[in-house]
Amino acid sequence: MLTVENLSVARGPCTVIDGVSLSVGPGEFVGLIGPNGAGKTTLMRAALGLLPHTGESSLAAMPAQTRARTVAWMPQSREIAWPVAVETLIALGRLPHLPRGAHLAPADRNAIDAAIARMGLESFRTRAANALSGGEQARVLIARVLAQDTPLILADEPAAGLDPAHQITLMHAFAAEARAGRSVVASLHDLGLAARHCTRIIALHHGRVAADGPPAQALTPALLAEVFHITAHVAQTPHGPVCQPLEVIR
Amino acid sequence: MRDHRALMAALLALVGALFAASLLIGPAGIAPAQALAALLRGDATAEALVMREIRLPRALLAVMIGASLGLAGAAMQGYLRNPLAEPGLIGVSGSAALGAVIALQTGLAASFALGLPLAALAGAAGAVALLLALAGPRGGSLTLILAGIAVSALAGALTALVLNLSPNPFAAAEIMFWMMGSLVDRSMTHVWLALPLMVVGWALLAGLGRGLDALTLGEDAAETLGISLTRLRLMLVAGTACVVGAGTAVAGAIGFVGLVVPHILRPFVGARPSALLPASALGGAAMLLAADVAVRLVLPERDLKLGVVTALVGAPLFLHLIYRTRAEGL
Amino acid sequence: MVSVNLCADQFALMLAAPGQLVSVTHVAADPHVSVMAEATHGLHRNRAQAEEVHALAPDLVLAGPWTPAHTVAMLRRLGIAVTVIPDVRTLDAVPDALRATGAALGREAEADAMAETYVNELEALRAAARDTPGPRAVLHSPNNYTSGTGSMADQILTLAGLSNLAAEAGIAGGGFLPLEEMVMLAPDMVISAEPYPGASRAEEVLRHPAARALAGPGRHALLADSDWTCGTPHVLRAAARLRNAAQEVE
Repeated sequence: MLTVENLSVARGPCTVIDGVSLSVGPGEFVGLIGPNGAGKTTLMRAALGLLPHTGESSLAAMPAQTRARTVAWMPQSREIAWPVAVETLIALGRLPHLPRGAHLAPADRNAIDAAIARMGLESFRTRAANALSGGEQARVLIARVLAQDTPLILADEPAAGLDPAHQITLMHAFAAEARAGRSVVASLHDLGLAARHCTRIIALHHGRVAADGPPAQALTPALLAEVFHITAHVAQTPHGPVCQPLEVIR
Repeated sequence: MRDHRALMAALLALVGALFAASLLIGPAGIAPAQALAALLRGDATAEALVMREIRLPRALLAVMIGASLGLAGAAMQGYLRNPLAEPGLIGVSGSAALGAVIALQTGLAASFALGLPLAALAGAAGAVALLLALAGPRGGSLTLILAGIAVSALAGALTALVLNLSPNPFAAAEIMFWMMGSLVDRSMTHVWLALPLMVVGWALLAGLGRGLDALTLGEDAAETLGISLTRLRLMLVAGTACVVGAGTAVAGAIGFVGLVVPHILRPFVGARPSALLPASALGGAAMLLAADVAVRLVLPERDLKLGVVTALVGAPLFLHLIYRTRAEGL
Repeated sequence: MVSVNLCADQFALMLAAPGQLVSVTHVAADPHVSVMAEATHGLHRNRAQAEEVHALAPDLVLAGPWTPAHTVAMLRRLGIAVTVIPDVRTLDAVPDALRATGAALGREAEADAMAETYVNELEALRAAARDTPGPRAVLHSPNNYTSGTGSMADQILTLAGLSNLAAEAGIAGGGFLPLEEMVMLAPDMVISAEPYPGASRAEEVLRHPAARALAGPGRHALLADSDWTCGTPHVLRAAARLRNAAQEVE
């Protein structure tokens, strides 16, 4: 799905991403974690080909139209410039599938409706998207990403600003996408969400991969101490792995 | 994505009615039936001469320039995601006027047919490129307005300088025409002068819809939806320069049309930038026709400038928009 | 002797003895507005400012009725005598202005002779014009400016045996006649202003297709601003020229 080979990004004299290699296969829901400034956003944008970089990325090598049908990207900045209706905004996700000047086909409508249902936005359909609350806007933008109906989703902090119920709904939606054979890479700050829902954790530290594996293996006390400077309660429960940060290590 | 057939039909009807009014209203006071007959007949009578050589080009230019300004305003706003962007306010029209004045006073306009509109186009293109570079792709309101003030002031000062240096005693008094615009006594020559570049510009701007829609989600999202931002920016600069340059070369700089029209029509098209483009083109044509009819009705003997009317309508709206943008944080 | 007014310049240039006149206004050297442009060679050209005039230390300054009152007052305060040459509004007022200038210059005899020649020529032209009801003409100046009843240009037209349509249209003195109205008046002849160098939108209207359609071959004459701006004896030459053009129309 996504293959990144020896990817580096320099910003001025600083190396922000330093020779990262990884590959994400079908069915994987990857939680990209790391402290502020670890390079999560930069890694994803470079992998998409939105930033100048060295090394290889399967997405950056694609022509723009092919890439638009391969990967959907949810940027961290939640921009909705105009008071367009929620369903119109979500329909923008269908742009890569529409020939120039064509109208929405039944297949497009189905994808839009499914995305709206997935994010529980039925009652917002005709509301002006930029007048919604921050969390609601985030859900609309996630629905847009789902409507794009691509084999790969890259999302930058999609859970930020959502209430617990909607955070869990979001994680379930992404997990369902993964179960259906697609791949999801989402940067997350909430280690509990990452541990509980992701199939794989990639921890970034100073632009390098510090850990990569299933949550139970990746989230070790040593990693949490080295990368995040925290202690945490990590346990296996009947509901899956749990990770609850406890104290800052000084 | 709904169609807006009813809105487009209403705007078309409005443009048609105002076009007829523009043809039928004038100082010569020809009766409507007689006027239309003379227009169709096109013989050597005085009526036919008035209709075909004086009123028809004036009405045609109002439609062409109005549509151009509406379209350019909607496109610039869509690209910068800022409702304050407008070719007249941010100095694009003023720079086009500077190009036109230089072409006229250096004799470039007289030396080859498209010299005048191409020089105005060069002025407009320079201003758009400079503004996009200064204001950045996101087009923050404050930077945009400040950059626009600087570009407008410089273009206006240089235009005044060129006119003052002209050996022609009338030229110096014409800064008002170049800054405020007028369609009085334009001829079919001007229509043919402006039309080729405008058609190119309309085609370029009309092709922006998809990209502008995608930009609603921001640059990163638009780019990953398959939109080439480099190409979009190039088309916007070239298209705006073509239509604003050609229009300003023959009618002077007319402000506020590209601000008022998209603002009024945006709610009717569900705020979708792509749907706003054709609606604004029609709306712009209607607004300029109405303004040009108004200058003939209000002060017929004073050659009231078009920009005066559009500014009286547009400036309060502009202030209102600034106030609202301020409330949202610049 | 210094002149600070365009009309006074021209009268003085016609009447002064060699060396008597030191300086005229800079516009007097412009053939577009002055019939005596050639005679200004070698003379100082002023911009009608008290300081530069004072520097020339003249015995007498010739001014016009429109010379700013503060300039005249300033010159008088500096101890320089100022004579105001009266404005010429009618053909019959020309001799008075000639004699007033002659008196100021001490050239009464020359002024009398010139006035007498003028009066004779004027009467001859009037006699010739009386029995020919001439073509209907309109003056088309930049910005659609035209001259109606009472203006010097109107008197020149009448003297040339033309009937001035602007006067018929009710324009008194100078005024604007919209191009449409001019077309509707269907003039036999269009008399347009001689263009200045450079370009202006004001003059562009003189080349408007509708104006050109009226001013076809043999139906068009030029009248320079210098012909009528000041009522010098040269107005008769303009009238004679227009009469020849009018005869072609008939």
